Amino acid sequence: MTSFIFTPENLSRAGRIVAKYPSGRQASAALPLLDIAQRQNGGWLSKDAIQYLADYLSMPLMRLYEVASFYTMFNLKPVGKHLVQLCRTTPCWLRGSDEVAKACKSELHIGLGETTPDNGFTLMEVECLGACVNAPVVQINDDYYEDLSADSVVSILRALKEGKTPPKGSQTGRQFSAPVAA
Amino acid sequence: MLNPKDRIFTNLYGQDDWGLEGAKRRGIWDNTKALLEKGRDTIITEIKDSGLRGRGGAGFSAGMKWSFMPKEVKDRPHYLVVNADESEPGTCKDRDILRHDPHRLLEGCLVAAFAMQAATVFIYIRGEFYNEASNVQVAIDQAYAAGLIGKNACGSGYDLDIVLHRGAGAYICGEETALMESLEGRKGQPRLKPPFPAGVGLYGCPTTINNVETIAVTPEILRRGPAWFAALGRPNNTGTKIFCISGHVNNPCNVEEEMGIPLKELIEKHAGGVRGGWDNLLAIIPGGSSVPLLPKEICDTVLMDFDSLRAVQSGLGTAGIIVMDKSTDIVAAIARLSHFYKHESCGQCTPCREGTGWMWRMMERLAVGNAEVSEIDTLLQVTKQIEGHTICALGDAAAWPIQGLMRHFRFEVERRIHDAKQKAA
Repeated sequence: MTSFIFTPENLSRAGRIVAKYPSGRQASAALPLLDIAQRQNGGWLSKDAIQYLADYLSMPLMRLYEVASFYTMFNLKPVGKHLVQLCRTTPCWLRGSDEVAKACKSELHIGLGETTPDNGFTLMEVECLGACVNAPVVQINDDYYEDLSADSVVSILRALKEGKTPPKGSQTGRQFSAPVAA
Repeated sequence: MLNPKDRIFTNLYGQDDWGLEGAKRRGIWDNTKALLEKGRDTIITEIKDSGLRGRGGAGFSAGMKWSFMPKEVKDRPHYLVVNADESEPGTCKDRDILRHDPHRLLEGCLVAAFAMQAATVFIYIRGEFYNEASNVQVAIDQAYAAGLIGKNACGSGYDLDIVLHRGAGAYICGEETALMESLEGRKGQPRLKPPFPAGVGLYGCPTTINNVETIAVTPEILRRGPAWFAALGRPNNTGTKIFCISGHVNNPCNVEEEMGIPLKELIEKHAGGVRGGWDNLLAIIPGGSSVPLLPKEICDTVLMDFDSLRAVQSGLGTAGIIVMDKSTDIVAAIARLSHFYKHESCGQCTPCREGTGWMWRMMERLAVGNAEVSEIDTLLQVTKQIEGHTICALGDAAAWPIQGLMRHFRFEVERRIHDAKQKAA
């Protein structure tokens, strides 16, 4: 017996996902199901959750565990409510990702890889998020915040702290990846 | 400069509705049945004649790739896989297609799958693109509901399923065989070739993998004719291309332009020029992080296409243009890329797993001049020992930025070593 089980809704979603792949190829559903389990489990995958999915997909635990540990989006340790992922790769760095990172650290009073004591925020550095013409970019949970400065990222973090939903996307008001006059 | 009437991606910036109604307004799904009625051989011939080269980085002829698939479906089904795992630093073009023009991609899936007799298309999208994936899924649902895909797609008598599959954060899954491994529910570790995917691919079945942009332009080529596409750009480098201009420019942006446009013109016309003017330019990485950088003297005149960039020992790659002005610490910029490859190495081949870490540590020392001049040659020798000695091209991709740096900025690396020694003495 494991302590993790899918909610009825997630169990039915899982069934629909497995059905998208050829029969006998249910392992193809490993990534989508790990993602659903992680969301249900508060943003991380416990060993129980992985064991539950391994049974569900008829895979050996170790085969699924090596998948879960290979992909960076699966967290094998608990994370805060808001997972703040700072892009550090060259295109973001050229546009000031170091200043954005510094502002996040001082606003949240934590370092990279750390979580605030109230479990509100976890700060991480990640490699290229693929939004380079809107650099610097930070991903918070499922949303991208783009064209950031030290000031605008702090405003976003403060809004989140207050339980608000700051607008995602470009923070300078431009239309997606369109060129704008400076 | 691209004539607006030749533009393919008319909703690149999300000016219009990305859903089915907006797509139809832009001519997508307009009598797609007629495109299929051309027949498989004609479609493949027309794509070959258009000169379309793959937009994912390698630049291989798309029509040629399609023709490698078996002519008839025998005991194993055929698959088409769309590579939407866009992760090459400097590249963010597919993102705009996925979120603002998903139906253009889906129509391309139908045409390409029909030509290769694939009954199922998997679109593998990078996991971080959550909102983009959500748009694509809505578009897929709309297309099913409207009878554009699914049973008797577009009234053609052809049945097609399209499945969206989200990745989970691994650059290596953009490599086609790693992508297939990942799609099968394993770690994304590349497979040895041969066998090639057209013979033994996804689930051991004949498979073709194409980039998002490659698939998305195919219906327009078939509609307007291969001669139209082939007349754009330059011979062997035809058509239009989405360029991503990032870094030290006044207005970073994505823009669709004709292949072969001069790099300088591209940046000055669309990105507002280099910060501080063209003379403030230090270097440009013209095709995503994996291709060697170019110093200003080459950027002054080089054309943006596969063959022109290869002639200057770089490459068009994904057309992710990373601009660096004179304020850039060029050694640190490349060291960051070395960190990227170290982080993204899948760990399967020893030269890459060990070499990417070794090169990164070396680059960090060179960035502060903490080295001997002779170590530059040692580093270059190591890049040569990695390049070509791994299953996939990630090892090459990690080696090339360093080789490019030393080819054009060795003097700067040596200067730092001398300065550091003087300071110590």
